[in-house]
Amino acid sequence: MPLLKVHKLTKSFGGLTAVLNVSMELKQGELVGLIGPNGAGKTTVFNLLTGVYVPTSGSIILNKAGAEQELQGLKPHRICKAGVARTFQNIRLFKDLTVFDNVRIAMHKNVRYGLLSSFLHLPSYHREEKRISEATMELLRIFKLDGKKDEYAKNLPYGEQRHLEIARALATNPSLLLLDEPAAGMNPAETAQLTELIKWIREKFNLTILLIEHDMSLVMKICERIYVLDYGILIAEGTPDEIRSNKRVIEAYLGEDVGDA
Amino acid sequence: MKKGILSAQFTRRLILVVLAYVIVQLLISVNIINDYLQATLTTICINIILAVSLNLITGFTGQFSLGHAGFMSIGAYTCALLILKDPTMPNFLLGTLLGSLLAALVGFLVGLPTLRLRGDYLAIATLGMAEIIRIMFINMDKITNGPRGLSGIPRFVNWTWLFIFTVGTVLLIRNFLRSSHGRACIAIREDEIAAEAMGINTTWYKVLAFVIGAFCAGIAGALYASYFYFIKPDLFGFLKSVDILVMVVLGGLGSISGSILAAILLAVISTLLQSFSEIRMILYALILIVIMIFRPQGLLGSKEISLSVFNRLGRLFAFEKEEK
Repeated sequence: MPLLKVHKLTKSFGGLTAVLNVSMELKQGELVGLIGPNGAGKTTVFNLLTGVYVPTSGSIILNKAGAEQELQGLKPHRICKAGVARTFQNIRLFKDLTVFDNVRIAMHKNVRYGLLSSFLHLPSYHREEKRISEATMELLRIFKLDGKKDEYAKNLPYGEQRHLEIARALATNPSLLLLDEPAAGMNPAETAQLTELIKWIREKFNLTILLIEHDMSLVMKICERIYVLDYGILIAEGTPDEIRSNKRVIEAYLGEDVGDA
Repeated sequence: MKKGILSAQFTRRLILVVLAYVIVQLLISVNIINDYLQATLTTICINIILAVSLNLITGFTGQFSLGHAGFMSIGAYTCALLILKDPTMPNFLLGTLLGSLLAALVGFLVGLPTLRLRGDYLAIATLGMAEIIRIMFINMDKITNGPRGLSGIPRFVNWTWLFIFTVGTVLLIRNFLRSSHGRACIAIREDEIAAEAMGINTTWYKVLAFVIGAFCAGIAGALYASYFYFIKPDLFGFLKSVDILVMVVLGGLGSISGSILAAILLAVISTLLQSFSEIRMILYALILIVIMIFRPQGLLGSKEISLSVFNRLGRLFAFEKEEK
């Protein structure tokens, strides 16, 4: 049984069908790419998976340790609690909060003290706050952001903001991580570094990763399988080598062969 | 070791708080703080509660509310009606509690549908809510005496109660904001979509902030009713809500100490301006305009004054002693 099973997912906005009958399966521990030309519906798929949009039809089933859960129609925070975390294409950090607080807030769903304790700062408050502070620092160290923990998120350089967003997503303790263009705006050296980082966190946190990316060097290098989306429809699925030589994919990216027309 | 420092800090704070209470109590008993100044003091305390609780809603959670006076009036009327019937101390406390709970309940019922709205739309919805409450009080003639209001409310509020309620609410709200639940509220202000994606139930926390804020406004209303003898619906209109909002914005959205500072400052300014009675409101408005031009983020922005200022002063003194 795969970790994530998407069956005939469809989303229409009025008369426009952004995503049509998309079915995908992600096995535990896989690193899968989702590519496609601009406007193909990749981010819409992410928004459907994370509950930002409610699917028009279709199902999304998360299978964590044998327990199946239907995700379609749930609110984003419920989906996060089920174990799906994401980053955003256009970075959405808590800009006016510190690096430390950005990650600490994402630990919220695992905090075990109630409202009463938060008003009165009972022992459970102190115990839990200490625990999440330590866990936060540990994550920041992994991303080499511990030296900047008191910096406002908006003051970080672009690359580090991307890293912080991944750290924040990991703080929710997910089993499935969705990365929306993690390498956007990075130079080749930074992208190479990010490639290593993604590989490494997958091992370390026992993650299954689905990533949207335009940087083919990254996608071809680390993804085990790739789904290709065009005009909201899945046009291909396979290993990087298969995708590279797939005729429909080349057409989608470069246009049809004029000779055939 | 670390625990030792924490408790020392706690003791120092406790001493400062108790000291503040004792000094004012002494000044009252030797009549340096006379009746007139006591009324100002009461206004300050009530305004601190109102401003800090509205700051929780508007400054920290980012939900623009213009209905705070509405919640205040619920607390005021509930408490007033109870102690007019049976003027005893326990009844005053019961009235304060009931009034606050009722305000919180209304906050919950109103918050659930309206907090889907954002920004200006929410402001208008909360404004409408406060107006509905005001008009209800006007029209429930048999119970509330309509637009003439309730007079001769027995006074149970003294400095001790003011102090307990003010310090209590400020401390509870401060503690809340320093917890994971409070940080969840702040995350909503920063980016609602990201907060939701990080597992924060944004609807629940917005309503929660609204309910806590309404509860505290209810306390402030009860204190008001039982100090100033007289309440009427018009006291809790749109202008009162704006007054509270002015304090929050002036002190700094997202700063508790800013709200406290602004509440004190505005009371002091309007007291000092008493001698210029004709142009008082013009001067008051001018001062506000000037402050907002030079400090558009509010007096303190989103920063807090902490007791570490006093600690540093303390260390400075300790240093001098050692040198001697």
